[in-house]
Amino acid sequence: MSLHDTLVYINTTVESISAQFNRIPGSAIILRYVRSSYQNDPVRSLLEFCLFLFAVRYFLASKYSVAKKDFVKLSTKEVDELIDDWTPEPLVVSLDDAAKAEIEKIPVIVGQTGPKVKLATGKAVMNLASPNMLNLVSNEQMKKDAVSTIREYGVGVCGPSGFYGYQEVHIEAEKAIANFLGVPAALLYAQAFNTISATIPAFAKRGDIIVADSACGIAICKGITISRSTVRWFEHNDMEDLERVLASVQKEFKGQPLTRRFIVSEGLFENVGDICDLPRIIELKAKYKYRLILDESYSIGVIGKVGRGTSEYFGIDPNKIDMIIGSMANTMVAGGGFCAGSEYVVKHQRINGNAYVFSAALPGYLAKTASTALGIMATSPEMFTQLKQNARAFRDVINKSQYVYSPSDPESPLIHLRLKSEVLETRKIEDENRFLQDVVDECINNGVLVSRNKYVQSQEVFPVLPSLKLQVTTGLTKKETEKAAMVVKAAISKIMAKTPKIKR
Amino acid sequence: MPSNPTKLASLFAQAQAQIQLPAGSSSSSAAPSPNMADSTAPSLGIISYTSGSRDVHCSPQKLKRRQMQYGPLLHPSYLYASHQAKGALPDPVEEEPPLFYLLTTYISYLILIIFGHVRDFFGKRFKKEKYQHLIQQNVGLPLTSDFDSFYVRRLKERLDDCFSRPTISVPGRYVTILDRESKDHNRTFKFTGTTTDALNLSSYNYLGFAQSEGQCADAAEEIVHRYGMSSGSSRAEAGTTDLHLETEELIARFVGKESSMLFSMGYATNGAAFPSLVSKGCLIISDELNHASIRFGARMSGAVIKTCKHNDMRDLEHLLREEISQGQPRTHRPWKKILVVVEGLYSMEGTMCNLPTLVELKKKYKFYLFVDEAHSIGAIGPRGRGVCDYFGIDPREIDILMGTLTKSFGATGGYISADKAIIDRLKLDNMGYVYAEPMSPPVLGQIEAAIRTIMGEIVPGEGDERLQRIAFNSRYLRLGLKRLGFIISGHDDSPILPLMLYSPAKMPAFSREMLKRNIAVVVVGYPATPLVSSRVRLCLSSALNKDDLDVILRACDEVGDMLMLKFRPDEHPRWKLEDIIRKGVMDCKRDELED
Repeated sequence: MSLHDTLVYINTTVESISAQFNRIPGSAIILRYVRSSYQNDPVRSLLEFCLFLFAVRYFLASKYSVAKKDFVKLSTKEVDELIDDWTPEPLVVSLDDAAKAEIEKIPVIVGQTGPKVKLATGKAVMNLASPNMLNLVSNEQMKKDAVSTIREYGVGVCGPSGFYGYQEVHIEAEKAIANFLGVPAALLYAQAFNTISATIPAFAKRGDIIVADSACGIAICKGITISRSTVRWFEHNDMEDLERVLASVQKEFKGQPLTRRFIVSEGLFENVGDICDLPRIIELKAKYKYRLILDESYSIGVIGKVGRGTSEYFGIDPNKIDMIIGSMANTMVAGGGFCAGSEYVVKHQRINGNAYVFSAALPGYLAKTASTALGIMATSPEMFTQLKQNARAFRDVINKSQYVYSPSDPESPLIHLRLKSEVLETRKIEDENRFLQDVVDECINNGVLVSRNKYVQSQEVFPVLPSLKLQVTTGLTKKETEKAAMVVKAAISKIMAKTPKIKR
Repeated sequence: MPSNPTKLASLFAQAQAQIQLPAGSSSSSAAPSPNMADSTAPSLGIISYTSGSRDVHCSPQKLKRRQMQYGPLLHPSYLYASHQAKGALPDPVEEEPPLFYLLTTYISYLILIIFGHVRDFFGKRFKKEKYQHLIQQNVGLPLTSDFDSFYVRRLKERLDDCFSRPTISVPGRYVTILDRESKDHNRTFKFTGTTTDALNLSSYNYLGFAQSEGQCADAAEEIVHRYGMSSGSSRAEAGTTDLHLETEELIARFVGKESSMLFSMGYATNGAAFPSLVSKGCLIISDELNHASIRFGARMSGAVIKTCKHNDMRDLEHLLREEISQGQPRTHRPWKKILVVVEGLYSMEGTMCNLPTLVELKKKYKFYLFVDEAHSIGAIGPRGRGVCDYFGIDPREIDILMGTLTKSFGATGGYISADKAIIDRLKLDNMGYVYAEPMSPPVLGQIEAAIRTIMGEIVPGEGDERLQRIAFNSRYLRLGLKRLGFIISGHDDSPILPLMLYSPAKMPAFSREMLKRNIAVVVVGYPATPLVSSRVRLCLSSALNKDDLDVILRACDEVGDMLMLKFRPDEHPRWKLEDIIRKGVMDCKRDELED
């Protein structure tokens, strides 16, 4: 090909391209714009062309390549070999004999739970292991209401509250709870345990600050984890330490943009049985401008004149607590949990509480029986007097034991028993939980169902102290409660007698 | 199965019997399932199944009430035995709307956002009392910043009347809605005192077990009297009753696993499951459209979470190859274990997981497979046993089968089924077992009665009818809506029919127009779906019959024309409503739903 031919070829190509370009509508305008704006400025043209190329490359680039700084390039064969070599761990750790024995020992109740139950082994026992403190489980009015609700609404609601799962019984239960506690509004969650894990992340977000009691239960800890907030712990029920933490947070975050701040505590601590110092917390919260999230799962229906929980116990206006979380599965023996507070707090969760939005609503009959239970509680202060008496009677017997002590409030029907430290020092107890399990077994043999406090240590933030967890009930008379306490005390002594002393 | 004329006749006879005599009086079983126990056996366990509101001659009011909850079957040909068509699972065709609608959708959001900001700007300055909750008060920052709550206040509040409509009935074939009105643009509502009976396309009542009478409600009532409403403390402490164990055994038998475990809340089942299976050093590969509860549980576990594209098996394999060969980030140590988490049926898309391919990949890449059957158990498969049943895969191939009991069984709560060794381990490690309250006993009654009905152990024939009705209903309505010109996503056999709306303003419009026609539907938009693909989610139920479906088709046709919703590209022929109704019954039974 001669030079001339090549030039002709180039010329025709350029011509045909420009002809094609001219055919595109609007091309003349672009051409005129480029011509007028790039006159005598080849550097600018070049720069913009480079920018254009960069933009194209940027948009076409794989989005994966940025994050993988330590990506090791491997051939297909090597990848295949690695895949063949890889042996995953088993999905769960297999059970050893001790674990198998522990599972075997989970009690099975035949028929209805209550103050006296029959176990699958055939043994009839007094029950101090259920949160049936007011013995509402045997209440006929509750059963009647449950049946009539099932005959009206069926069992399940087949969908979340947002999607036609919000029934009149739910509205009534929400009103009943709000009225009972004396706050403007409340909303229901389908499971009590999950309620606080849902409430905390509905309000606290990344960057917010949570100051929490270190004895808080696992549900609170999980809620805090999910919220991704910054968390500071204070010593259990130590108000001086709380103030110290609040002051240090104030110092630490001084000058930084303001964030939401929350104090999280339990009313009656499930793992301890004592009551938080609400008046002092309210004072500190006002002083340092915090909001208070109070988990009253074990205090509503338990303490206070008619069971309105910690605020009634201390005679404090419940509206000073920003979010009150309660359980309808404990003394109300229905199911589900609730969060009560101002209209705004409740409305916010109807959209932002994930466990409310994405979960099916509570069955109607459980909402109904919870309302019924509140009605019974509000009109029966004598139940709570009896409950306190039973708790005291139980404690009077147990306090005589030389081996255990109770960190719980003297009037709390939820009683934890821990081994005294001098006992742990002088006796050869390898595994405290196994020791307590032996006590539990001994109690069951002697006709009293109790439980040790069960927990999953791998999930907990702080180590939980092993304890026996007892729940006194009005379903048993004072005499029976005392008898049960004697059995527990004797069982502890008996197992202790089998445990060798450490020789010095 | 329904093509067999003699069986059809017997089914129809039963259907007739059920119209006059309520369920349970017929003696012959239509299609015995392999696991079916001897139906003459006097005892099936704790619940007696004899007490009864199943009176034969009931008053017209009672009959009406019964049919409001569960519609009578009108003809034996309105049944279809669900099964997977031969060959691999076809990827559902994603149909795209014309570009114009996408553009207008974006513009709609733009207008909404600009308006919202303008209103916020002036509102905070001139109407302080109404914006109190956004303005800094004496307790530090407001609970929600105006930016966080912008979507809720400015966009969602406009359609709040379409959500949380309170009801006063069983969520059955019809749902009775308490009418309400708002005089302050949906900020507050007042009940007007009247009610509306609306055809229910919104509840997850797939098999129609949400009933206030019949074997399930009877069982629940019996259990209320015998077990009370609560069994006390957590399962691991003293909350286990013999009834819990029996139901767990039954569920295990139903799904085809060795053992199972019950939880009182479906959402929390996932929340508690992952931390007890995986931890730091493990990898969770999760489908990008997995439910919020899976994300919640996965985040609690402490494992690394990667997402793969929805139902894209090639992307999954690519990710697996890369993750196994690269190991953990930075250290390159091998992963302790890899857990792949998928849903059986995706509740927003109506798509099913590609189980055959997943099982194949599992063999090669040695990951553990977790299938969330929240929506598929009971609703899918010839025997109602979920995706394994649908694809003909042995459930033992899958490590963890999780499901909820809220949906097909009309109960509440969830389960996990697996090998006995795994379930036993979870009894020590699972938070839902060790800390949470156990399932309320009457719910167990409902579950047992529902499962035994599906398995044919009680009320023979009824379980099969329910299974075949939902399969027929799903296919018939899906085909009809497609032929009308709507874009419906998902697989043909899915009882969830997402009807695409795109534009945000069409959500409330569709919902209100359908309610005017006495049909209750659920509209979903951002954040449950991508911003531009707002949709109506129609959930079908065995409780509906063909007349109901035709009413729905007619209503959708009218509303679709009114709101310009027939986005389907023009190459698909549009059918007339009469032709759809006339030919739908035959056409929807073909293996592939064709236009």
